[in-house]
Amino acid sequence: MRKLRGLAPQLTLLPSLILVAVTVYGFIAVTMVLSLTKSRMLPRFDRWEGFDNYARVWNHPRWEVAMENFAIFGILYIGGTLFIGLLLAIFLDQKIRAEGALRTIYLYPMALSFIVTGVAWQWIMTPDLGLERAFQIWGWDSFEFDWITQSEMAIYCVVIAGVWQASGFVMALFLAALRGINPEILAAAKMDGASGPSMYWHVIVPALRPAFLTAIVVQGHLAIKSYDLVVALTGGGPGFSTELPSTFMYEFTFSRNEMAVGASSAVMMLVLVMILIVPYLYSELRDGDR
Amino acid sequence: MAQLNIDRVSKSFGKTEVLKEVSIGIEEGEFLVLVGPSGCGKSTLLNMIAGLLDPSSGEIRLDDARIDDQEPKDRNIAMVFQSYALYPSMTVEKNMAFPLRMAGVSKADQKAKVNEVATLLQIEHLLNRKPAALSGGQRQRVAMGRALVRDPKLFLFDEPLSNLDAKLRVDMRTEIKLLHQRLGKTIVYVTHDQVEAMTMASRIAVMEGGLVQQLGTPAEIYDRPANMFVATFMGSPAMNLLPAIAGADGKTIMVGDQTLPLSPIAAAPAKGQTVKLGLRPEWFNLTGEGSAIVARVELIEPTGPDVYVSLRINGERVMARLPAGTEIDAGTERTFHVTLDKAPIFDADTGAALYA
Repeated sequence: MRKLRGLAPQLTLLPSLILVAVTVYGFIAVTMVLSLTKSRMLPRFDRWEGFDNYARVWNHPRWEVAMENFAIFGILYIGGTLFIGLLLAIFLDQKIRAEGALRTIYLYPMALSFIVTGVAWQWIMTPDLGLERAFQIWGWDSFEFDWITQSEMAIYCVVIAGVWQASGFVMALFLAALRGINPEILAAAKMDGASGPSMYWHVIVPALRPAFLTAIVVQGHLAIKSYDLVVALTGGGPGFSTELPSTFMYEFTFSRNEMAVGASSAVMMLVLVMILIVPYLYSELRDGDR
Repeated sequence: MAQLNIDRVSKSFGKTEVLKEVSIGIEEGEFLVLVGPSGCGKSTLLNMIAGLLDPSSGEIRLDDARIDDQEPKDRNIAMVFQSYALYPSMTVEKNMAFPLRMAGVSKADQKAKVNEVATLLQIEHLLNRKPAALSGGQRQRVAMGRALVRDPKLFLFDEPLSNLDAKLRVDMRTEIKLLHQRLGKTIVYVTHDQVEAMTMASRIAVMEGGLVQQLGTPAEIYDRPANMFVATFMGSPAMNLLPAIAGADGKTIMVGDQTLPLSPIAAAPAKGQTVKLGLRPEWFNLTGEGSAIVARVELIEPTGPDVYVSLRINGERVMARLPAGTEIDAGTERTFHVTLDKAPIFDADTGAALYA
């Protein structure tokens, strides 16, 4: 009986441990194996291709576009949400009226699914339907906003929609962190001669470091797995100009019957996340228990 | 002319009046302690001197210049906070240099000054650490260091020792007092701990209910408390207050059916007037010194150096402090002696002390 009680914590955790082991790590392993096979439409584990699938991924022009887009999207999306989120949080923290209402409004986009965001922004940004048409009807005849139809600019439309969706969430993170700063530190900084911008730059923003960590990790993984937003907004187009690693993976795995190539690209995505986030996590958490 | 003049300063938050026309003059080089229970307005007063709060009315002057309308940074005042308020992202060195950096002092001068102060406080070896890697006592020193580098006219301390453990608190108390002796800077120090106030202050302002109840040297506060609040707040265990009735001759006082002589410092109350007699626990003895008083022994609490004895005199509970090793049994009736030459009497209604 006592032995059983000692095991109780392990037993309670067991189901979720098994679930995580199978559905997360198990399938990661399966995907890795798949990427080494000659699987086409259905997985098969009897014919081996080796690492040629990876070479195929890296030599594919669409993957090249996907990587380039991922760099643009990742940097602008994370940077943009952090910047706008921080700015909103700082403005909301100025003891303004109706803060609660504004906070809710800014946070609302997060409640939408990326599909909804994508469709809504597609309407807004389609030239003969949204913004461009509205401005032209209102009399600004020369107004042009047709990025979504241009191969070089369409990815920035994805950035705009993504930033719009997630900035409020980052704002909430930063706002909570701002409220958590020891007021005595702010008083001390005031007496030490910091005021306005120097106060924010030297004292407040550095104190938000843990919130930056959270925001970057959350936004980073959203960036790499963002799929639905692109699908709804541009469908990867025009052409494949807004291809992201995730759309590449889906396309090859499920549309082109190149499952092994798709699996290889999925593994590459995992590696990308590792490369981007692990060193950052390591450096932050190593002296994190300060 | 005092260096720091707090002149009829009041502060209200909404309808709550936290400070009521407080006036205190502080001489250069003085160590003034503001002491009182929580909510007495002592921290509010300190924050107003610092510039973190604006007075509702009244003036604060430093070296004859009005400062209550100046920005905190322009007042040439440094403050040490209860939580130390170190900047967590900066090293100790950067923390200490921060006020200089904000004032636009050159890098070389910053470094020289920080090193000088770090040597003074013996924290040179900590300069490259971050606050999180420091112990409570070390953080305390860094916070003082950050205040010292600016060479301010006035230092403010807001309960700086209350986050330290008991032993360290005593050490840091000594250290702050030594530092004051060495540097001779004017200090205003807020605490709720009357022992800190007694040991460190050159003068104490005992505050309660938004008023300064008494302002004086530790000896004045302890030996001639202005009223019952000061008498019971300062000293541990607290002064005992016994209801008593003035005798007919103006020289004696009756506690129940026991007659005691009136202390020479006390004013003679009118015959039959009800007063409170103040008796400090340490005035009691079994060695026959002073006047005899019969009491019932209720409880004995040895503390090591002393024995606290809980007594009943005329139904009132009274605490006496006797030397360790005193032979005494609970539950017995005994004759104690008590020295009364400093015993104050208080007006039973107003609480004010009645001195001759």
